[in-house]
Amino acid sequence: MRYLPLTQPDREAMLGIIGAADIDALFADVPESARLASPIAGLPMHSPEMQVERELSVMAGRNLTAGTVPFFVGGGAYKHHIPATVDHIIQRGEFLTAYTPYQPEIAQGTLQVLFEFQSQVARLLGMEVANASMYDGSTAMTEAVFMARRVTKRAKALVSAGVHPHYVGVLNTLTRFTDDEVVTAVPQLTRGMPGDDLEALIAGIDAATSCVVVQNPNIFGHIADLTPLADACHKAGALLIVVVTEVVSLGAMQSPGEMGADIVVGEGQSIGNGLNFGGPYLGLFACRDKHVRQMPGRLCGETVDADGKRGFVLTLSTREQHIRREKATSNICTNSGLCALAFSVHLTLLGEKGLRHLASLNHARAVQLAERLGRIPGVELVNSSFFNEFTLRLPVEARPVIRKLADRQVLGGISLGRLYPGVADLERGMIVAVTETATDADFDAFEDALDEVLA
Amino acid sequence: MSMNTIGRVTRIAGTGSVAETFTGNRGLMLEEPLLFERGALDRCGVDFEAVPVVQDRLGGLGRSEPIGLPGLSEPEAVRHYTRLSRQNYGIDLGIFPLGSCTMKHNPRLNEKMARLPGFSDIHPLQPQATVQGALQLIDRLATWLKLLTGMPAVAMSPKAGAHGELCGMLAIRAALEARGDARKVVLVPESAHGTNPATAAFCGYAVENIPANARGRVDFDALKARLGPDVAAVMITNPNTCGLFEPDLVDICDAVHAAGAFVYCDGANFNAIVGRVRPGDLGVDAMHINLHKTFSTPHGGGGPGSGPVVFSEALAPFAPLPFVQKVKDGFELVEEMQARASHDYDRSFGRMVAFHGQMGMFVRALAYMMSHGADGLRQVAEDAVLNANYILASLKDIYTAPFADSGPCMHEALFSDDFLHDTGLTTLDLAKAMIDEGFHPMTMYFPLVVHGAMLVEPTETESRASLDQLIGAMRSIAERMLADPDAFRTSPHLAPRRRLDETAAARKPVLGYKDVTSNAA
Repeated sequence: MRYLPLTQPDREAMLGIIGAADIDALFADVPESARLASPIAGLPMHSPEMQVERELSVMAGRNLTAGTVPFFVGGGAYKHHIPATVDHIIQRGEFLTAYTPYQPEIAQGTLQVLFEFQSQVARLLGMEVANASMYDGSTAMTEAVFMARRVTKRAKALVSAGVHPHYVGVLNTLTRFTDDEVVTAVPQLTRGMPGDDLEALIAGIDAATSCVVVQNPNIFGHIADLTPLADACHKAGALLIVVVTEVVSLGAMQSPGEMGADIVVGEGQSIGNGLNFGGPYLGLFACRDKHVRQMPGRLCGETVDADGKRGFVLTLSTREQHIRREKATSNICTNSGLCALAFSVHLTLLGEKGLRHLASLNHARAVQLAERLGRIPGVELVNSSFFNEFTLRLPVEARPVIRKLADRQVLGGISLGRLYPGVADLERGMIVAVTETATDADFDAFEDALDEVLA
Repeated sequence: MSMNTIGRVTRIAGTGSVAETFTGNRGLMLEEPLLFERGALDRCGVDFEAVPVVQDRLGGLGRSEPIGLPGLSEPEAVRHYTRLSRQNYGIDLGIFPLGSCTMKHNPRLNEKMARLPGFSDIHPLQPQATVQGALQLIDRLATWLKLLTGMPAVAMSPKAGAHGELCGMLAIRAALEARGDARKVVLVPESAHGTNPATAAFCGYAVENIPANARGRVDFDALKARLGPDVAAVMITNPNTCGLFEPDLVDICDAVHAAGAFVYCDGANFNAIVGRVRPGDLGVDAMHINLHKTFSTPHGGGGPGSGPVVFSEALAPFAPLPFVQKVKDGFELVEEMQARASHDYDRSFGRMVAFHGQMGMFVRALAYMMSHGADGLRQVAEDAVLNANYILASLKDIYTAPFADSGPCMHEALFSDDFLHDTGLTTLDLAKAMIDEGFHPMTMYFPLVVHGAMLVEPTETESRASLDQLIGAMRSIAERMLADPDAFRTSPHLAPRRRLDETAAARKPVLGYKDVTSNAA
């Protein structure tokens, strides 16, 4: 077998040196009742590379690939063009096949990348310190709520109705067995400001509130000024947690930090990482310096070596599970190291200038499409403000419309019915994302198909 | 070739014998400044089309301040990251014997398959009819995992091992609550990974330790004595973190079940037994599988991982959403919408992640499983165990091997630094000496039950020659340490950096690049 270097004579010679009669002797501790005498039934035997490639290619071929059709799906995962350089760098074996950098003398490559990544993320989110990544945006948000509890010693989280429902779902799951209280509401498709409940959130803050969690732009694409909410949080001793699911927006918009956020979490997929049917993605996590010792996850810090040369190490690990065990700030161990590298390489290629251009392009294209679709009879553009994603209210239920669009080879968005099952007011809602990858021909195809389906 | 004369220049760098260079580079060892020292805000490695002129709809919240993100042109970026990469050790370079981490070869076929656009360029919220091949792949991988573990159900969405532990413990808690049983304690052996107690605490449980016996196994009598109506679960690693199979596990599971509790198995060490033992036959209720260990998806310098969890019949109904199931004419992803429509899913504890898990890792793991097949995977376990025992047998006369008398080890060999006691040298010094010999060190100071532990896991993808070279180097280091300890107190000398000051890093943390001109904070 091509991945196994030992030959049969090797095995026999090694057993001799060990002093074992046969391989079974090395498994002597396994209870008799659990020993398998032969390969597990029901599974195929080994295959040559060519055959594996063929079988998997057939499965891959059964999917409708985003890059081959007009594509407008977002909702927390975005299709952006990734420069070829990114994939080349992350496939270098020195990055791909390294472990967590626990031996810093021979892991300065990974460590310097993490230090640069943390610096880039902190600047992008407008915060003072960012960690070395989390699993994804949804789990990062839950960790932020737990961190707010540790900082404030309070247990009530107010969660905006504009936060991605999957993220709220994860938080509800993880707080189900703790004393944390999560207060949230069903979103309203209010004309001009869908999902915006900032006034209600401000009114709801009290002395038991640990944090307010709000997404910007929210799940419906709506953008809000969070400054008044930040002020209200701080007056009451609560933290403002801001969630960003489309980080490219920060090339065009004020950052959560500028608006007064205490913790910012995000999904970093849209820079450097493909859609991948939902994972692996990249959780971003940033906060203020004063709270860093309550942060979850790995942190890379600068130091010097015995010769006084600058170097980097994982640091503040007394927060972490391998040291603190049940008293750790989180149980997280593995994070999204290689996705963080991809993010960092892409953002380095973009730089300030490129990111701002990319963000402007996304916004301008979204404005163009929103205006076109909003003119279709019976279709209403619900948003007044948005970045590259907006919500339409259709004259009919959106879910079958999206299926019919797919039948016409157009991936046209996400039905709110799928995200909020059972909420009648939202069934006609559809969120549409537009990135730099959509062409004028894609716009034409989408508009024509939607016209046809609604006719 | 003699193992002790590898043909390497053994002169110690930094002693003045090699002249300082103008650049700070030393031959092919290149220093690389930070991106923030190299790049500029107006430099860019991506070309775009022009931005169409529109009336902006950012609600007056457009950015006015610079972000402070330096850019590089494409050739500069390629060089920056290539130079950084060369300061890393990876499996592609040599043996990476980190115990408990299963650093095996990462086949490139897996990378190629994960990049097929039909897997990498599909959106998690596309209509299900347009992703039938992806759902089929998840279902196929789930079938492999269920058959390999002998368990009836599997949750695919957990993002990593610790996340899988969380999934398993949430299911246990949900199952106990469903029967109105408010147990509050989780028992964890002292030798467990730190994630185990951290996870139990995350689920709201009090954690109590169970000691190990003199043979490095769970003290079954102590465990039995502690079982009672307040114990919700026992988290147990098998093979355990001393690299030993838990021979009492069947009896332990029976005793735990008789006391009304569940057994969570940490499957980090599944590589030792895949294809030879099905954990379901031992009686466990839940176990996560690190696809990035046993099934060769790359570690990537710290992730991403993937941690599917297999469940017993008792826990299966409590598994998280979403999941894939076969239906009449294809595959269905059961999300909140489908769950609402059927009472079959009422007991699910809910969603653990946005979307459906680590698809990119699923493709790689399935490509690996199909390549090996049922026969190859069995050989994987056998060769992994054989290689570890070969190392144990070849070093135990010089390295202290605390449990070698109790029989063979599984996939990793455990040593301690007791043999260095009189030299004042420790496991740390030995690990750093290995770096100078061109090896990534073994896991240090884990498990905690052995003082100065060194956990060596070679994996099955090392040749006998590679093992002999590691053994030769480790023997030589030990001999030289005993003969001349002072020569080893400041290793490494030949790596890109010498020992780093971790105390200073933690005392006054510098966690990002700051400068006066573009400080965004």
